[in-house]
Amino acid sequence: MNFEDYQGIWVFIEVKDGEIVPVSLELLGAGKQLADKRDSELAGVLIGENVKHLANTLYEYGADTVYVYDDPIFKDYRTESYMKALLECCQKYKPEVILYGATSTGKDLASAVATDLPTGLTADSTILDIEEDTGLLLASRPAFGGNIMATILCKKYRPQMATVRPKVMKALTPEPGRTGRLVEETASIKEEDIRTKVLKIVQHTTKKIRIDEADIIVAGGKGLGNQKGFQLVHQLAETLGGAVGASRDVVEAGWVGHHHQVGQTGVTVTPKIYFAIGISGAIQHIVGMQNSGLIIAINNDPNAPIFQSSHYGIVGDAFEIVPLLIEQFKQAFNREVVDHV
Amino acid sequence: MLHIVACIKQVPDTKIIKMNPKTNTMDRASAPAILNPYDAHAVEEAVRLKKRYGGTVSVLTMGPPPAVKAIRKCIEIGADEGYMISDRAFAGADTLATSYALTKAIEKISKIKPVDLIICGKMTIDGDTGQVGPGIARRLDMPPLTSVNKVEEINQQEGYAVVHRKLEDGYEVIQSTMPCLMSVEKEINDVPYSSMTNMLKAARYQPIIWAVADLEGIDRVQLGLKGSPTIVSKVWAPTKPSGGTMLEGDPGEQAEKLLNVLLEKKELFTVKGGDNS
Repeated sequence: MNFEDYQGIWVFIEVKDGEIVPVSLELLGAGKQLADKRDSELAGVLIGENVKHLANTLYEYGADTVYVYDDPIFKDYRTESYMKALLECCQKYKPEVILYGATSTGKDLASAVATDLPTGLTADSTILDIEEDTGLLLASRPAFGGNIMATILCKKYRPQMATVRPKVMKALTPEPGRTGRLVEETASIKEEDIRTKVLKIVQHTTKKIRIDEADIIVAGGKGLGNQKGFQLVHQLAETLGGAVGASRDVVEAGWVGHHHQVGQTGVTVTPKIYFAIGISGAIQHIVGMQNSGLIIAINNDPNAPIFQSSHYGIVGDAFEIVPLLIEQFKQAFNREVVDHV
Repeated sequence: MLHIVACIKQVPDTKIIKMNPKTNTMDRASAPAILNPYDAHAVEEAVRLKKRYGGTVSVLTMGPPPAVKAIRKCIEIGADEGYMISDRAFAGADTLATSYALTKAIEKISKIKPVDLIICGKMTIDGDTGQVGPGIARRLDMPPLTSVNKVEEINQQEGYAVVHRKLEDGYEVIQSTMPCLMSVEKEINDVPYSSMTNMLKAARYQPIIWAVADLEGIDRVQLGLKGSPTIVSKVWAPTKPSGGTMLEGDPGEQAEKLLNVLLEKKELFTVKGGDNS
């Protein structure tokens, strides 16, 4: 394997419902820094049906080149078809690095591609860097349930690959009118070669705000006592127009559904405001919310580790303080509410 | 009759593991070794499918001799057979080398009894990658089905499976040919307390143990540390945040101080002012 042949930083561009998934744009931002350090180009690999026009957006977010596989066979994400396209693209154009969002799709695809190439794959990276002279990717991630950080290297194989957690990297400010090079490709895979079919896609038709997209999250933990006590979290979230989050033990106790779980084995969130109510602050929870803009903790235990990770802390009884806060908040915003009516 | 293989791992319980502050290494002795919690759901799902469709559940692990305990736990859950590959040559394997070794073991199990379905947990709590399952699927040329949170149907005669794959905002229903490999989410089932019969069986259960030499056509270069493309170059403790401002006073004062903090971010709320439904 001649490493000189492998050049350029690639980002797998995930498309959902005809739109680019935010983490892909974040990765273009992260990839740009790596590409600049290596004085090489940044490319997006765009796979899907009727996706070619999205290349313009990718240029505006930093891509120099977009490799596109636009074909009805790619209408739905399927491991085998997408993997085949990406493998062929890789073998033809030989990138130095490929980054994927650590989403269901990104992780599925990256695991399959890494095995077939083969090459090393670092999962759930949160820090990326590259050695300017050697091109060695330094992918760091929380390990052992967030107890330590580890930097993972892949010295013997190219391309080097990593999945990266959503909401950790920053997208560039789009540069309107910025253009790039479009490379249209066709994959050799045929429908009859694919062993899976997507029969149906079901989206949760809830009006509730998804926690991975929310600006405000009110999260509750075991300290709220029981499912009834957890209603306090729902009330505050509703008042503030935020989403409901939860610690792992609360989800495991069945007070609230799995998709509310924040943390190492749940969702990583970075809202502008994060409330942790009755959450002690196990490291596994902290790694999932520590990048939030403003962290407010309410807990009756002054020694709860959550206070170490908070911008503001209140030692006290949430059942006393939160209802007062809700009342005062409604009063303060009364004028706005009246204006809207 | 279905033959299902569940891949499992014994892991240190990372919820209680302690760090040595001087060396920034983990004190493995501080954490008990447990069956990876996600794998318990994989085994449970295999046992449920066995009850639904008839068949056999085998579990497979790679690990040091004490990992027999994790296999016994799976027997408690209801697995029929346990296989373990154990050899110094496997040590230090990353996900690529691990999937290679497990694949070789599954090939050997298939010769004893053809495998229809492989089930893995979503990921391990000590590796946190979720890459081994799909890796095995690719090596065995089976469709990898990840993030499975429901098995709707297994049709062995027609040779297909229908499963739900969890997505960020819902799920998709996938039909796949069999054999296939699925890695399952923890919400796919609840693992109940084991029956007394299973516990008694587990207590004296001895799995079949293979060393590298027992596996056919194995390329030693692809095993363990040597066969691992990724290496850990540096490990450090995440910086401990130092904490922020404590809002003191009686509950009324605390609520008021907190309100003032929120009012500084007023723009986040005003948009949604009238609509809190």
